[in-house]
Amino acid sequence: MPAPEQHRLIFRHIDEVGYSNDLACYLANGGYEVLRKAVQRKPEELVDEVKKSGLRGRGGAGFPCGVKWSLLDRKSGKPIYLVVNADESEPGTFKDRYIIHKDPHQLIEGIMITCFANKVERAYIYIRGEFPDGAKILEKAIAEARAAGFAGPNILETGYGCEIYVHRGAGAYICGEETGLIESLEGKRPYPRIKPPYFPAVLGLYQCPTIVNNVETLCHVKHIAGMGGESYSRIGTPGNTGTRILCVSGHVQRPGYYEFEVGKVTMGQLLNEVCGGPLPGRTFKAVIPGGSSAKVLRFGERYKGKRKVGAEMVDFDWGVEDIPMDFDSLALAGSMGGSGGVIVMDDSTSMVEALGNINAFYSHESCGQCTPCREGALWMKKITARMVHGEARPEDGALLKSVADQIAGRTICAFGEACAWPTQSFTAKFGDEFKGYAQAKKAPRPDGVAELV
Amino acid sequence: MIQPAATDLVTVNIDGREIAVPRGTNVIEAARRANVDVPFYCYHPKLTIVGNCRMCLVEMGMPAVDPATKAPVMDPATGKQKINWGRGPTIACAANVAPGLHVRTTSPVVRECREGVMEFLLINHPLDCPICDQAGECKLQEQSTGYGRGYSRYIEQKNVKPKRTLLGPRVMLDDERCILCSRCVRFTKEIAGDDVLGFTDRGSYSTLTCYPGKRLENNYSLNTVDICPVGALTSTDFRFKMRVWFLRQSNSIDTESSVGANTLVWSREGVIYRITPRQNDAVNDTWMADSGRVLYKDVRGPGRLASVHVGGTESALDLAVRAAGELFAAGSVAVVGSGRSSLEEQFLTRKLAEAAKAKAWLVSRVGEGDRILVSADRNPNVRGALVTGLISALPGAALGELGAAIDSGSVRTVVSVGEDLAAAGLSPAQLAKVSVIYLGTQANATSDAAKVVIPTLTVFEKNGTFVNQQFRIQRFAKAVPAPAGATDDLVALSRLVGAAGGPELGSDVGSLWPAISAEVPALAAMSYANIPDTGLLLDATPWAGLAYAEGPALHFKPAAPGEAAHG
Repeated sequence: MPAPEQHRLIFRHIDEVGYSNDLACYLANGGYEVLRKAVQRKPEELVDEVKKSGLRGRGGAGFPCGVKWSLLDRKSGKPIYLVVNADESEPGTFKDRYIIHKDPHQLIEGIMITCFANKVERAYIYIRGEFPDGAKILEKAIAEARAAGFAGPNILETGYGCEIYVHRGAGAYICGEETGLIESLEGKRPYPRIKPPYFPAVLGLYQCPTIVNNVETLCHVKHIAGMGGESYSRIGTPGNTGTRILCVSGHVQRPGYYEFEVGKVTMGQLLNEVCGGPLPGRTFKAVIPGGSSAKVLRFGERYKGKRKVGAEMVDFDWGVEDIPMDFDSLALAGSMGGSGGVIVMDDSTSMVEALGNINAFYSHESCGQCTPCREGALWMKKITARMVHGEARPEDGALLKSVADQIAGRTICAFGEACAWPTQSFTAKFGDEFKGYAQAKKAPRPDGVAELV
Repeated sequence: MIQPAATDLVTVNIDGREIAVPRGTNVIEAARRANVDVPFYCYHPKLTIVGNCRMCLVEMGMPAVDPATKAPVMDPATGKQKINWGRGPTIACAANVAPGLHVRTTSPVVRECREGVMEFLLINHPLDCPICDQAGECKLQEQSTGYGRGYSRYIEQKNVKPKRTLLGPRVMLDDERCILCSRCVRFTKEIAGDDVLGFTDRGSYSTLTCYPGKRLENNYSLNTVDICPVGALTSTDFRFKMRVWFLRQSNSIDTESSVGANTLVWSREGVIYRITPRQNDAVNDTWMADSGRVLYKDVRGPGRLASVHVGGTESALDLAVRAAGELFAAGSVAVVGSGRSSLEEQFLTRKLAEAAKAKAWLVSRVGEGDRILVSADRNPNVRGALVTGLISALPGAALGELGAAIDSGSVRTVVSVGEDLAAAGLSPAQLAKVSVIYLGTQANATSDAAKVVIPTLTVFEKNGTFVNQQFRIQRFAKAVPAPAGATDDLVALSRLVGAAGGPELGSDVGSLWPAISAEVPALAAMSYANIPDTGLLLDATPWAGLAYAEGPALHFKPAAPGEAAHG
C-alpha cells in the first residue's frame, strides 16, 4: 500500500519559500485570526473543543490534553500558570525547534488561546539552554505580538491580559520532566517532585495550579480552536487524533521531519517510501520509534494480539513495518510513540555500541535525586563502556538487564523508565549480540562505519 | 459499652493486620505502630518528605468498589472485599493512610525493591566500615544485613569524591560515603534556618557542599551529624575517638538554658565521649544545640575541685560540716542558691536557708534566646527554685542587695551552692569581709576566697530533675561515677542542713522525694520514679504572672507580655 500524503497542519508553512518568522508574514498567512475569534467565545467552550478533539500530548506521554486541563484546581483562588515545555531534549527529536525557529507566532497564538481558555494570566516558555537562537526568536516574536495586541495587557481590546515570558534552561535533560522544569523555573535544582502530592494541576509553579504543555501540543490547540474539536477529531484515527510530526534520523536515505495524520502511516511506509529506504547495500536492523528512551523494535519481530477497532476486538499480527505510527499501536508493540523521534539503525550498527551511546547520555543526564536512577544509570553506562572499550564478558547482558529491572517503576519521575527501557529492550532483543560481543568486536568494522572514539 | 471509634482514626491493613491510626499518619509510621519495620534513609519525621532514597517502597491497594454503584466488589475466593493493588510499588513515606488502605511490606516485589536500592547504594560506597565512625549506628550497615547481597556484582571503578571536606568548624564530610539523602540539606534549611548546604554536579557524581562563601557553622550544625544515616557527616569532636558500641547511654538534660533539651550522654568506663539529643516531641524534637554538646568537657576540665578545704588547707567532709556549723551558729547567714541546681538540691537549699534563718538568693543568667533551643534564661532550673519555694520572685540582675547587706555587716556568712559570687557581682572586698561556704565543681574567685570548700558533682555524675521553661519536670541520670574527693550535692546539702540545726532529710533523690512531694504542692502525689522519660508538665498557675525572660522558641510560646507584666 503506498504511503499516504503528508498532512501538514503544524508544519504547513515550514520550508515554504519566502515564509519568515516575523509577525507580518504570519498575519499575511491568516495568523491570529483564530485568536481573534477565540477571545469572543466563552473560555469553557474552548476547553470543551479541546476535550472533544481528543488531542493527546505530544511531549512523550501522550496524555489527553483536555483531561489535563480539566484536572486543574480552579477553586483554590490561586493564579493558574501555563508553562510551555520547550525543553526538547529527547535524543532523536527535533520538531519543537523547527516550530520555534520557523513559525514562533503559531506557538504564541496557541499559548494565548490556551491561556484564555484556562483563565491564565501568566505563561512561561521554558526553552532548553542549547536553543539560544530559539530563545531570541521567541522573545522577538513575543515583543511583536505584544505590540500588536495579541499578548500582554488588554489583548485585542477584550480587557483580558496575559504576559508570556521566556526562560532559558541551563542544559539539563531532566528539565523536560514537568515537575523538574517547574523547580528549575522557580530557580532551584531541577529535582522532579514526588507525585503525590505535587501534581502540577494542583501544586505546580509556586505551589499554584499549573498546566505544562509541549510546544507542538499548544500549536494543535490553535488548530482545534480554528476548526473545532469535532472536525479535528476526524483527522487521524479514533483515540489518536490529529497530525503528528515524526522526526526520522539515522540510517535512511532521507532523514528529516514529516507530518502525518496519526496512525495513517505505518513504520514501513515511513521508512521505505517516505524516507527512501535503507542506505545502499544495507538492511534495516532496528528502530526506536519515539525518542531514545522508547523501547527498540527489531526488524523481523512479530507482534501479535488483539486490539480495539471501533467497538470490536480485532486480531493483529504485525511486523515492524506494519505498525501504524500512533500512540496505541506502538504501545501494543511494546514500545511507545513518545516524542516522535524515530531513530533507525541498519545492519552496520553494533547494538552494544548503540546502547553504550544511549547509556552515556542517560547517565550524564540523571539528576541524582533518587537512588535507582542515579546509581543504576551510571552503572549501566560503566558496563557498556567497559564492554566497548575494555573487556566484554558474556554475562554482561544479563547483568545489564538485571540492573535496568531494578530501576524502572521505582523512581520519582519517568526518567527511571527512560534510562532503563533502552537497556531492557536492547538486551532482550539482541541478547546474542551482547553475549558474543567480545568476539564480534575483534572483527574488522564494516565499511563506512565510523571508528569508535 | 463499646465506644464509637474516634473520628480521627483510620483503619488500615498492614500485611494482613488491621490497625487504627490517626488520620494524616504516613504509611511508615502506621507500619511502625503495627510493629512492621519499613526501612528508609531519607525520611525523617521532623523534616519535609522528599522520597529520594526509594528504600521504603511498598505495595499499596484500596478496596475495590463498583464505579457506578459504589458497592464493594467482593472477591469470591476469599469472601472479602477485593483489593485493587497499585500498578507498582509506592513510597511509604509520602503516602498517608486512607480508610481501608492495604499495605504489603513483605511481598517479593517489595523485597526486590529493597535489595535493588541497597545494591545501588553500596556500589559507589567505599565500604570502609572498619575505619568509619558511623559503624554500629549506620543505617546502611544495618539494612545491608537485611537486604544486602553479601557479594558484589560491581566490577567497575567506584566514583571518587572528596574524602575530608570541613563543612564548618564541627562537621567533617566524607563525600564518598554520602548517599545523597538530603536530610542535612533539609535540616539546615527548615530547622536551623541557615540555608548553606546543597548539591553540586549531577547523577551519581552529585556532591554535598556548602554554598560558595558559606560555612556550616550555625549552633545546630551537629544535628546534621546525628541525622546523617551513614558516616558521611562526622563530628570533628567525636570522630576517631571511640566505637559507639562500647558506649553506655544515659538520659540527661541540656543545662545550657531553660529549654531543657533532652539528651543522651555516651560514656565508657567513666569517661564521656559525646552528647546527642534524645527525642522529646514536646521539647526539642530530635535536636539540640552544638553548644550543649561540649558541656561534658567540664567533667575532666582544668580547675575541677577535687578535695575539701577548710581555711585554705585540705580537709575532710566531716570537718568542713563542723566548720560550717560553727559559722551557722554565729548567725547572719545568707544562702545563694543556683538556677543550675537540681530541683532536689534547691529543695535542700531552701531547707538550709530556713534552718540557718537566712535569706535565699538566686543568681540570674539572662542572655539572648535563639528562638530554637537555647532560651534567654541560661539557667536550666529557675522554675525549680520557684516550685520548691526557694525563691518566690524571679532573681534580679545582680546580687546588689546582698552586697549592701555584707557592707553593712548584717550578713557575715554566705553559703554559695555552685555560684561564683565574684562573677555574680560581689567585689573582692565584700568576699573578703564574709566567711564563704562554697559548694561547687570548679575553682574560681569564690572558692579561692572561701573558708569552707566542698567539691560537688557535675550534672553528669548525679541524679535529679530540672523544671524547664514550660514547667515540665524532667529527670536526668548519672552517666559517670563521681571523681574521688567530690561529694554528691545532696549529701553535702543535707549535712549542712543538719549542721544548721535543721531536720534530718534524705541525701539521695529516692529518700528525699517523699519529703518533697509532701511539702511542695506542685509536686504532690508525684514520685521521682514516676516521672516519665519525656517529663511531666506541672501546673504553672501559681507563677503565671512573673515576667520571664524567654521568648518564643521551638515548642514554646511564652504567655502574652501584657499578662506577664500586669499579672
